Amino acid sequence: MNTQPSALANSAGPVSGDSAAAKSRVLQIDRSCRLPLMFLIACSLVWLVAGGFLSLISSIKLHAPGFLSQSSWLTYGRVYPAAMNALWYGFAFQGAMAVALWLMCRLGRAELMGGKGILLGAFFWNVAVKLGVLGILAGASTGHSMLEMPGYVSPLLFVSYCLMGVWALVTFHFRQERQLYVSQWYLVGALFCFPWIFTAAQLLLVFHPVRGTLQAVVSGWYGHALITLWAVPIGLAVLFYFIPKLFGRQLHSRHLAAFGFWTLAAFGGWGGMHAGAPVPRWISSVSIAGGMMMILPLIAVALNWHLTARGAKGPENNQVFRFVQFGAIAFFAASLLDIGGSFRVIGEVTDLTVFTTGVKALYLYGFFGMTIAGAIYYLAPKITGCDWPSDQLAKLHYLGSVVGILVLVLGLVAGGILQGVRINNPEIPFVEAIRSTIPFLGLSTLGGLLLLAANLAFLVNVIRLLALCCCTNCFASNRSPAGSGPAAAGANL
Amino acid sequence: MNRGPLIFLGVFVAMAFSWYGMIVSPQRQIGGQQQATVEPAGIRYPVPRPGLAQRGAEVYRANGCGYCHTQQVRPRGYGSDFERGWGLRMSVAQDFLFEQPAMLGQLRIGPDLANVGMRWNDPQWHYRHLYNPKSTVEKSTMPQFPFLFEMRVIQGDRSPEALDLTGELAPPKGYEVIPKQEARALAAYLISLQSPLSLFEAPIPAEPKKDAEPSTNTVAVSSRNSQMLGLGESLTQ
Repeated sequence: MNTQPSALANSAGPVSGDSAAAKSRVLQIDRSCRLPLMFLIACSLVWLVAGGFLSLISSIKLHAPGFLSQSSWLTYGRVYPAAMNALWYGFAFQGAMAVALWLMCRLGRAELMGGKGILLGAFFWNVAVKLGVLGILAGASTGHSMLEMPGYVSPLLFVSYCLMGVWALVTFHFRQERQLYVSQWYLVGALFCFPWIFTAAQLLLVFHPVRGTLQAVVSGWYGHALITLWAVPIGLAVLFYFIPKLFGRQLHSRHLAAFGFWTLAAFGGWGGMHAGAPVPRWISSVSIAGGMMMILPLIAVALNWHLTARGAKGPENNQVFRFVQFGAIAFFAASLLDIGGSFRVIGEVTDLTVFTTGVKALYLYGFFGMTIAGAIYYLAPKITGCDWPSDQLAKLHYLGSVVGILVLVLGLVAGGILQGVRINNPEIPFVEAIRSTIPFLGLSTLGGLLLLAANLAFLVNVIRLLALCCCTNCFASNRSPAGSGPAAAGANL
Repeated sequence: MNRGPLIFLGVFVAMAFSWYGMIVSPQRQIGGQQQATVEPAGIRYPVPRPGLAQRGAEVYRANGCGYCHTQQVRPRGYGSDFERGWGLRMSVAQDFLFEQPAMLGQLRIGPDLANVGMRWNDPQWHYRHLYNPKSTVEKSTMPQFPFLFEMRVIQGDRSPEALDLTGELAPPKGYEVIPKQEARALAAYLISLQSPLSLFEAPIPAEPKKDAEPSTNTVAVSSRNSQMLGLGESLTQ
């Protein structure tokens, strides 16, 4: 292995050599991540379960409108955005940050810097999300999709994001391995894009609002870019790391990867307005064109993975591989549905229906959630130095997730198409058109329930891992060098 | 591609382009939009909402009505918004000039509300609908909003605003259900949602199509002119 060029070692992940020195170096890097990353992961999963619970309530309300309708705090129009904000800002952001920081360390062969700063940022991020979600439930929502958290929360969100993100960039800057791997491009891009789109949208919607339908243009653009320029690149960074690694192959083509990266960067931000919206028509047309162009990065990425894995057999009975594989397939499926929905003729049916909710759920749970979970299954034992306490829970997590996501997405996508077709047929009274989707909405509730159970299993497993880690490390050997990882990394500055 | 700054710069430029295209250009085009003068009556459109209706918009936003209801009539021939009678013309940017926030909505679990004030302009109807949707629309899947109402002992005469509820929904004897301030504001807001005026960029066709069979929720198209006239009068007053 030592004779291979660094690019291969790099593309295959953390394998820098079999020598004892190299191994202890990797160990050192992993241990430097322990405290901040485990905090981020634990918080992220608590939000995943909390958000899943809220989302389940809102899903039940769609077919049982009388359910919990007595309190204003639990009305559908508050619970649904609260769930989405908990899932995106609570779960997705913290999970992504943990995995991104670890990838930055491993790929750059550098210890994590600013562990305490990251902890502080993560703490305030959680405070902000909590305030935001409670604010939405209390009725203080801004009314802009994906930016519902009240205006007083957003500066805190921004500052705490920067507190975490800046250390990712510092770690990146002081990397030992100068050659960049594909994953690092995506991470740098995503880490930079979020503050841009977030501040632009907040300034133009909350602090200095633009007039009328321009608000819908801005929030549509934000919601679109949040997926294409933040969630997708982070997920792709993880997949580009694990796919070659798990197949034991070198990434097929760096040039193809570069093509995919730049086309995503170039076209990812052009979208967010559906056809027929009350805005100048060219905006919808540009959105449609931008949505269609997403086929380019999709083909480049999928082809690259296919050629990398061709003929090779993935590892058997490997928890990480299962999750990552599902994430990659879900990415492909979600992108295709998204691109399909951007065609005018399909959008006429699917726009303004639960089809779009289903596609977003597939991105969030199927692609992003599963990919991040796969990464966590790999990295958590490494950074804690303990094995997963329960294989059973891990299997339950996988099985529940797969079935849950399939049922949830199938219900919403099929129900959405039926909803669109029926609403577009004026012969059918509106109420009847909606009533006919109820079985599908019930299906999505069932999927949500399974998914919640699966995620609960994941959370329990992580908590048990943390307990195990504490017992073996903190109490047994209080002064071990591994235990002081983050502090040592901070001292390096 | 081994240099961080190159990646950073490339992403920055790509982002700047999309930001310019999707945010700055629309702002430059319609960001400075003003009230339009609608001929021949010379009405300025749109008009800012009266105070109560404006507070109703806050209730609409706070309770997330927009997660099930859109406020946008799609163009003729795209979907069936016209055939369903959700509007006399498609919605355009002009209609939302004074909306803060503009709640176009993304999902149609319930019918479009861009012109709900033209279909139902009786506050009592909205009260009963909000208190229990099934009392007005038998098969409705809308949740109840009892927290917008108050059940109280009738003191003296029954309040003129008290809801006319019958059957299972009727309050116990000696009690009445009256709308709280939020419900009053919300109903005023819903009634204010109407765009009956023909605009240059979205004209109302002179001869409404006769071949499309009207279904439920249909606006009485024949009464369009009188409605227009009515609104015109109220606007000029």
